[in-house]
Amino acid sequence: MSTDNIKHTHSAHVSHHFKDANQEYDAGKQGIWLFMVTEILMFGAILVGYAIFHNIYPEMFAEGAKYLDWRLGFVNTLVLIFSSFTMAISISFIQKNQTKNATIALATTVLCGAIFMCIKYYEYTHKFHMGLFPGHLLDIAKVHPEHANLGMYFGFYFAMTGLHGIHVLIGMGLITWLLIRTIRGDFHSQYWLPVEGVGIFWHIVDLIWIFLFPLLYLVG
Amino acid sequence: MATNSAHHGDNYINHEKGLWSWLTTVDHKRIGLMYMITVMFFFLVGGIMALLLRLELFAPNTAANVGQVLKNGDVYNQVLTYHGAIMVFMVIVPGIPAILGNFFLPLHIGAKDVAFPKINLASWYCFMAGAALAILTFFFKKIDTGWTFYTPYSIRTGTATVMMVLGAFIMGMSSVLTGLNFIVTVHKLRAPGMTMHRMPLFVWALYSTAILQLLATPVLAITLLLLAAEKLFGVGIFDPALGGDPVLFQHFFWFYSHPAVYIMIIPAMGVVSELITTFSRKVIFGYTAIAYSSLGIAAVSFFVWGHHMFVSGQSATAGILFSFITMLVGVPTAIKMFNWVATLYKGSVSFDSPMLFALGFLFLFAIGGVTGIMLATLPIDVHFHDTYFVVAHFHYVMVGGTLMALMGGFYYWFPKMFGKMFNETTARLSFVFIFVGFNVTFFPQFILGAMGMPRRYFDYIPAYETLNKVSTVGSWLILTGFLFGLWTIVQGIRKGEKAPMNPWRSKTLEWQTASPPPHDNFAVEPIVTAGPYEYR
Repeated sequence: MSTDNIKHTHSAHVSHHFKDANQEYDAGKQGIWLFMVTEILMFGAILVGYAIFHNIYPEMFAEGAKYLDWRLGFVNTLVLIFSSFTMAISISFIQKNQTKNATIALATTVLCGAIFMCIKYYEYTHKFHMGLFPGHLLDIAKVHPEHANLGMYFGFYFAMTGLHGIHVLIGMGLITWLLIRTIRGDFHSQYWLPVEGVGIFWHIVDLIWIFLFPLLYLVG
Repeated sequence: MATNSAHHGDNYINHEKGLWSWLTTVDHKRIGLMYMITVMFFFLVGGIMALLLRLELFAPNTAANVGQVLKNGDVYNQVLTYHGAIMVFMVIVPGIPAILGNFFLPLHIGAKDVAFPKINLASWYCFMAGAALAILTFFFKKIDTGWTFYTPYSIRTGTATVMMVLGAFIMGMSSVLTGLNFIVTVHKLRAPGMTMHRMPLFVWALYSTAILQLLATPVLAITLLLLAAEKLFGVGIFDPALGGDPVLFQHFFWFYSHPAVYIMIIPAMGVVSELITTFSRKVIFGYTAIAYSSLGIAAVSFFVWGHHMFVSGQSATAGILFSFITMLVGVPTAIKMFNWVATLYKGSVSFDSPMLFALGFLFLFAIGGVTGIMLATLPIDVHFHDTYFVVAHFHYVMVGGTLMALMGGFYYWFPKMFGKMFNETTARLSFVFIFVGFNVTFFPQFILGAMGMPRRYFDYIPAYETLNKVSTVGSWLILTGFLFGLWTIVQGIRKGEKAPMNPWRSKTLEWQTASPPPHDNFAVEPIVTAGPYEYR
C-alpha cells in the first residue's frame, strides 16, 4: 500500500509500527483470539434462540431432526476434525521449515473443506427436493408436517448450518491464500503468524460444527 | 492545506499528496479525519431530519399553514426512522471512538499507529459501505420502523427493512474491527514506561468501550440477520403468527443496544475527564476510580437490557430485577461525576471553549442521568413509557452527553489535528447557542412527557401546543449553534493562526509532538516516567 513505511530496519516482515517480530506476533495473535470471541458470541446468540424454541416446541424439533441424515452429519464431523488436524500440523511443519509437507497439509485441509461443502450441497439439494425449505417456503403439500411450524425448525437448520457453511467457505479461501504464500516461501521458522491465525479461525469453525451436529442431527 | 505549519515541515497531512493517498492510507490520523468528514456529513443529514420533525410538531395538524410540514403520518414515520438510525448508527456510536479515538489513542500511549492499520482502513470502508446501503434505502423503499426495527411490525411492513438491517450489520462489523484494534493497541503498543495506570483516562474510556463493542455487537449482528431471514423466508422466530416470539427480538436487540448506549457515552466521559483536568490545571481527582468506573459501567450494562421491556409482558420479577440492576449503573456514573466536580474544586479553572463544553456536559448529563434513574424505577417507567419524557431523557444523555463531549474534544484537539488555532469567540458562541438551544428544545419535552404526550406521534392535542412551539424554536437555536461551530472549524482550517505544540499546556503525550503530528507520530519514541496529569 502506498503509505506503507519502507524503512524496515528489522527483518523483512515486521510492520513499521512494531518494535520487533515478537511484538507483532503477540499483537496479531491477540487480535485473532478477540475476533474469535465475536464469532462465538454471534453463534452463541443463535444457539440461545435454538434453546428457547426447542424448549417450547420439543416435538417439532424432533420431527425436523427426523429429516436429517445423521450419517452425513457424522461424516462431515470426522472430515472437519481431520482437517483441523492437518491444519495444526501445517503450522508445525512451517516451524520446522518443512515447506513441502506444510503445502501438502494445507492442501489436504482445503480438500477436506471442499468435501464438507460437497456433502452439505448434497444435503441441501436433497432437502430442497423434498420440499424442506425454511419458514413459509416449506412445501406443506409435499411434506405433510405433523407440526404446523415445522418451517421454523428448518429456519434454524438453514440459518445455523448456512452461517457455518459461509465460514467454511471463507476459511477455504484463507487457506488457499496461505497455500499460495507457503509455496512462494513467505513462511518459515521465524514467521508463521498468518498460518496460525487462519488455523485458529479454522479450529473455531470446526468447534462450532461440533456443537451444531448433535443439536441439529442427534437431539430429538 | 497545511504545508508549512509543522515544526519540521513534514506532517501526516502533507506526508503524501492526492485523494488516492487518502483513500489508501493506513495512517490512523488520516483515517480519523476521514471518519470526521463522513460523520459530519451524516450529522448534517440526520440534523435536517430532526429539524423537519420539530417543524412538523410546531403546531397541531389542524393549524393553518404550519400544521402539515410533512405530508402525512407515513412520511413522518420515515423521517423519524432515518433521523434515529442515522444519528445512532452513523453519528453517535462511531463519533468519538472513530474520530478522536483513532486520531489520539496511539498518540496518547506513545505508539506509531494502531495495532492493525490495514484493518483500521477496512473498518472505514465497512462503515461507508454499510452507511451507503442504509441511506440508499431512502431512494428505494423508505423504511418506517424506527431505528429499533421492532417485530412484528418490521416483518410485516412492506419496506426496505432487509437492506437497512444489512447496512446496520456491516456498520456493526466496522465497530467490531475498531474495538478489536483498540484493545490490542492498548495491550501491546504502549510506549516504554506507559503502564496501564499511566494511561490517560480517555484511553481507559476507549478501552472499556472497545470491550463493549466486541462483546455486544455480534449479538446485534445475528439478531439483524435473523430479522432479515424472518422477513425473506418467514422463518417464524420473531413472528407470533408463526409461533415465534416478538419479545425475543426485543431481548436480543436490547442485549446489544443497551450496552451500545454506553458505547455512545463512555468515550464522551473519557473526553470530559481530559478536558476537566487540563482546564482546571489540577491532577484529576480519583484517577483509578474514574478508570475502573468505565469498566464498571461496561460490565453492568450487560445486565440491564430488560428495562426497555418493563411493559412488554415480561414477568414482574424480571421487571423488578432489571429495575434494581439498572439503578446500579448510577453508582460508577456518580463516581465519575463526583470526581470531576472534586477536580474542579480549588482548581485554576479557565473557561476556554472546550472547557465550556465539558461543563455543559456535566450539567446536561446530570439531568440525563437523574431522569435515567427515574425511568429505571419500575412504577415510574410504566407511567412514562413511550412518552416524550423518554425522548427528552435519551436526548439529554446522548446529545447533551456525547455531542457536547464530541464538540469539546474537537475544539480541544483541533490545534493538534490541524496545526491551526480557531476563533475563540465563534467557538464560544457555538457553545452558548447549542447549550441554550438544547435546553429550550428538550426540557419542555420532560414536561410534555409527564403530561402524557406519546412519542413517535406526528400530531397532538391542542393542550401540548405551547410547549411544542418552545421546543421547535429551541431546535433552531441548536442549528445556529452548530452553524457557528462549522464556521469556526472551516475558518480555523482555512485561516487559523499557527498553533503552538501545546496551546492548553496539557500534560498528556499527544502534546509532546509537533502540531500537526508527523507521519510516525513522534520523532523519537517517548519514554514515560510519570502519570498523565502531573499538574501540581
